[in-house]
Amino acid sequence: MNKVLVIMPAYNEAESIQGVIAAVKKEIPQADILVINDGSRDTTSHIAKGLGVTVIDLPYNMGIGAAMQTGYRYAARRGYDIALQVDADGQHPPDQINYLLSPIVEQRTDVVIGSRFLGKGKYHPSFVRNIGMKIFSTLVSLIMGKRVTDTTSGFRAVNKEVIRFFAQNYSEDYPEVEAVVLLHKAGFNIIEVPIKMEARAGGKSSITPLHAIYYMVKVLLAVFIDMLKRVER
Amino acid sequence: MNIQLIQIVAIIFSLGIFVGIVDLIRRGMLKEQYAILWLISAIVLLILSVWRQLLDRIAYVLGVAYAPSLLFLVAFVFLLLIVLHFSVIISNISEKNKRLSQEIAILKTMFEQYAKGEKNEYRKDI
Repeated sequence: MNKVLVIMPAYNEAESIQGVIAAVKKEIPQADILVINDGSRDTTSHIAKGLGVTVIDLPYNMGIGAAMQTGYRYAARRGYDIALQVDADGQHPPDQINYLLSPIVEQRTDVVIGSRFLGKGKYHPSFVRNIGMKIFSTLVSLIMGKRVTDTTSGFRAVNKEVIRFFAQNYSEDYPEVEAVVLLHKAGFNIIEVPIKMEARAGGKSSITPLHAIYYMVKVLLAVFIDMLKRVER
Repeated sequence: MNIQLIQIVAIIFSLGIFVGIVDLIRRGMLKEQYAILWLISAIVLLILSVWRQLLDRIAYVLGVAYAPSLLFLVAFVFLLLIVLHFSVIISNISEKNKRLSQEIAILKTMFEQYAKGEKNEYRKDI
């Protein structure tokens, strides 16, 4: 029996977190849920604790990467076999969790990414965002020598070895694209599965137009640097 | 031997930096590891200020017409090195700070679980 941990990073998600936790519990009752409260100023932490899930309150807003890594460090400490990333804002549909889990449970791969661009659902990003995502997926596909359609998706499942890897290697901001490249360099096997994603239930994307350029430059730079890095498992 | 005013100013200035840094270290306000580059720059500037022939020689080789302006170049290069050194140190400290904050947050949650009597396995090796 695999010990499964659902890691749910949350920053000011009081509006949506209750529904997401309830849906995840219903979908995989055997899993433990861990909310990483990344310095929220609202009642996110309070609501999550009231629902009986484990909550880690970060002492200040550390960013999504540091928050996710905290979850992986906890998962490694507690000896979880599988970790699943699900956003607290409701854009990752809990009823699709099993599509992510089964390839890991069946030991077919190390990492499963839920892709919005493999046919299911109708996800239409804005024009600028679409271009950014295309650039990332083209670059990552070239690096990996294998087609990757959705490098910015945060809906992912990983096995025990990757949990231990992420506990040591995870970038601080906008980590999704970089994580894929680091995993590839460390020799992990990654597959994508088609996912139908929802519009967000509450809150807003962590990427505002003002941050878009910084996002692009930072991620591209990080990916190029990663290519020069020696990555050890 | 003619001593120009600029030379006296340069000597006093570099001596002042040197004494100031040593005093900061002595009073425990500056750690030795972060003071090394400062001390080296002060000593080099002091040597070049006192030893006029050396400064003139280097200026001649580099094609600098007015030798004392070479002091600015040397000081600028050292400042660049010092600032770069600080950027490396800041990155290092920020990584350590992140790790510390993550550990504190995890430990707090684990402590609460322990206080509630929840038994969970715990790996010490990670």
